[in-house]
Amino acid sequence: MNKTTVVEQKSHFAIKSGLQQLLVFGSLILLVIFFSIASDNFFHFSNLIGILLSTAVIGVLALGSTFVIITGGIDLSVGTVMTLSAVMTGVFITIWGLPIPIGIIGGLLTGALCGFLSGFTIARLGIPPFIATLAMMMIAKGLALVISGAKPIYFTDNEAFMEISLGSVLGDLIPGFDIPNAVLIFFIVAILGSILLSRTIVGRYNFAIGSNEEATRLSGINVRNWKIVIYTITGVFTGIAGILMASRLNTAHPSLGAGYELEAIAAVIIGGTSLSGGKGTILGTVIGALIMSVLTNGLRIMSVPQEWQTVVVGFVILLAVYADILRRRKA
Amino acid sequence: MRKVWMMAALVLVVFISACSSNGGSNSPTNAPESTKKPSSEATEKTEKMYVPVISKGFQHQFWQAVKIGAEKAAAELNVDITFEGPESESQVDKQLEMLQVALDKKPSAIGFAALDSQASIPLLKKAKDAGIPVIAFDSGVDSDIPLSTVATDNAVAAGVAADKMAELIGGEGEIAIIAHDQTSRTGIDRRDGFKNRIEEKYPNIKIVDIQYGGGDHLKSTDAAKAIMQAYPKLKGFFGTNEGSAIGVINAVMEAKAVGKVTVIGYDSGKAQIDAIKNGTMAGAISQNPVGIGYETVKAAVAAAKGETVEPAIDSGFVWYDKSNIDNEDVKAVLYE
Repeated sequence: MNKTTVVEQKSHFAIKSGLQQLLVFGSLILLVIFFSIASDNFFHFSNLIGILLSTAVIGVLALGSTFVIITGGIDLSVGTVMTLSAVMTGVFITIWGLPIPIGIIGGLLTGALCGFLSGFTIARLGIPPFIATLAMMMIAKGLALVISGAKPIYFTDNEAFMEISLGSVLGDLIPGFDIPNAVLIFFIVAILGSILLSRTIVGRYNFAIGSNEEATRLSGINVRNWKIVIYTITGVFTGIAGILMASRLNTAHPSLGAGYELEAIAAVIIGGTSLSGGKGTILGTVIGALIMSVLTNGLRIMSVPQEWQTVVVGFVILLAVYADILRRRKA
Repeated sequence: MRKVWMMAALVLVVFISACSSNGGSNSPTNAPESTKKPSSEATEKTEKMYVPVISKGFQHQFWQAVKIGAEKAAAELNVDITFEGPESESQVDKQLEMLQVALDKKPSAIGFAALDSQASIPLLKKAKDAGIPVIAFDSGVDSDIPLSTVATDNAVAAGVAADKMAELIGGEGEIAIIAHDQTSRTGIDRRDGFKNRIEEKYPNIKIVDIQYGGGDHLKSTDAAKAIMQAYPKLKGFFGTNEGSAIGVINAVMEAKAVGKVTVIGYDSGKAQIDAIKNGTMAGAISQNPVGIGYETVKAAVAAAKGETVEPAIDSGFVWYDKSNIDNEDVKAVLYE
């Protein structure tokens, strides 16, 4: 009977969310135009590549965070789990001398395992996501220091490892178009994330849990297990970010990564994902992460003192969330 | 449900305490490593002075180098020392225990690098009452009890980095600083020491930008890249600690500007040492941990003999670059 209304509602939602993304995208374009006018040195191919490269790590973290935030949860551990994944990759490759692909798989599994444990403590033990992932944040931070002996692990014996981030497959194919692999990986991960979120059962349940967990549970879906799955997915993304970071620096540095989770969450929110869950897109997060790095890069190029850069980013987050509230009020 | 919770909590507590007690007994590093125990025979015969040195750490290469310096001074001055420190720089309580034990041994003098500039004051008062002179090293204590503080003068060292920079870029041009932090003592001293020197002595050099990366390699890299983008004519970069300097090296390499931009760093670590060897970095300043250990014991012995000591002793620093990086005296202050 109401098939048509459902379809209508759906298309209505699609238009609305499309409009919202257009707004966020518009802000990004405005920022780029602003900085291009404000500084002669902003709109250059090399700088735009630089911006994309500096987005990659936080961007992938933000993509992962999008999943848990859509469930109405949060993951505060992504920063230090990223570090732990990087350290484990270093252990596998440099200390144990295993081949690079195995090291990468090891790093990804580390992220996945941490995500799984967070999900398990949240879904099975009933610990609130904020607390459970706060604990995981500390555990991962501590383990990263313990495992590495509080010393950086270098990948200098494996030149190929650096290529993961800084090599350019695209540049090899098309001369002159040397976009670093880290950027390529960021976009590929974004596309995969987008498919996962909008075209698979994981994504559908993800939104369902975020919109109304109780109703989802009552309709016979095993909410607990799906939550564990979703936190594990976030963990895998975090592992990818860890490998990207380690290969860009050619080092797994055990004290890095603290505070990255907040930047990732900020990018997700600027991208229009609602902290109360049930709403959000991967494209939005990509744009949100880009807005963050365009802002930082642009302000740096204009030589705005660092203290003020942080203040500006703070205001942008406020504005983004307020715009979201206004839009919802109108709707 | 509640019961399950309680059980889980209990298991966790037992587990954690089991772990920590294991960790305690297994780790040999807690034990004070005495170079020469103040044996009673020795004191009877010659009344050799005994100076315990309590550092902030033990395992780290930096502190091992401090220890070498302290032993050197002990051998020269014919005194006995012990050198110990907690496992990590957050173990303030453990360090206080070590200080307490050292005081109980009624030493001639004490060398002490406070982890917490406030927490040790009550114990230091005890030392003062007992007439045991205290020499602070590496960082000071918020008290006038230590007769002297032996530390690196970071502002002076950064000034030398500025001189080197001026020399390398030919006394003119645009340069920038990536600092690790705008509030810590070392962050401020290194930044301002460098900046003031340039402003006073080299009017043709302009510091176009100072950005902070928090010592975070990745953030320092991005900050340095943005500065290079904003100032295409940039001739030099100064990174104020290991993370900042490595960030600058990464940025210069990513921007393929090796050779165009002169990079000067601070501290050591494998990445910086490699960068200096392969020419990406012109040189760097390193503190002199051996000198810190040496001067501390020397001042402690002087104080124990009742001689006056300078309230602040500069332990010196080393400028290292391709030409001297393999010299033994330079190698001694570097760590990977």
